Amino acid sequence: MTDTFKLKFFARLKDELGTAELDVPTQQVTDTDALKTWLCERFPERQAALQRPLLTAVNHDMVNGTTRLKAGDEVALFPPVTGG
Amino acid sequence: MLHIGVQTSDFTVQQEYDALCDANTEDGAIVFFVGRVRDLNEGEAVKQLSLEHYPGMTEKALTQVVEQARERWPLHRVRVIHRVGDLLPADQIVFVGVSSPHRQAAFDGAAFIMDYLKTQAPFWKKERSDQGERWLDARDSDRASQERWQSDSESHS
Repeated sequence: MTDTFKLKFFARLKDELGTAELDVPTQQVTDTDALKTWLCERFPERQAALQRPLLTAVNHDMVNGTTRLKAGDEVALFPPVTGG
Repeated sequence: MLHIGVQTSDFTVQQEYDALCDANTEDGAIVFFVGRVRDLNEGEAVKQLSLEHYPGMTEKALTQVVEQARERWPLHRVRVIHRVGDLLPADQIVFVGVSSPHRQAAFDGAAFIMDYLKTQAPFWKKERSDQGERWLDARDSDRASQERWQSDSESHS
């Protein structure tokens, strides 16, 4: 069995990628930088959506910079938030 | 005392005010803010606003925002309600209410919570108008509103 973490998308990014969540193998993706590269390869026709400013959350906390990812994590990518 | 609500249903300001006041004799100041849906945004007539959020993270992020506010001001009771789902012009979106012994802490605490909520809590607005649907972009002015509290804290420390 392959170890994975859960990747979720929200709002415009979810619409543009056409999916709400994916399972990502930790063997291929070990941190948030590698995740961006992996996504660009997986969605080559959606580069523009992935190049826009995006926020990253790991296990429900926003993270900045390169963050290590491990099996069982819940990772989310989304556009800057617009509540209130 | 802290109440956080992320809900499709509407809220009643009087009930929220009562919950801040009932059996509370230590706080001389109550400040609350209500955010509502405008019918005109960036020149387009808004017919509907849809709010998406990240279940699980939203409640956690709002709790962290309130904790940060409480590190700076004596806020005894705090109530934050944010609606999600489909809303119409004039509908209420958000309620932030705080109680404190004195007014300046209550004013500042409520404003801080609102400013941080707008940049830290995972909510996204999609607007429907005659031109179709579009996701709203984050505003630089919201980022600036949050950052003013950071420069405040630096200048005071």
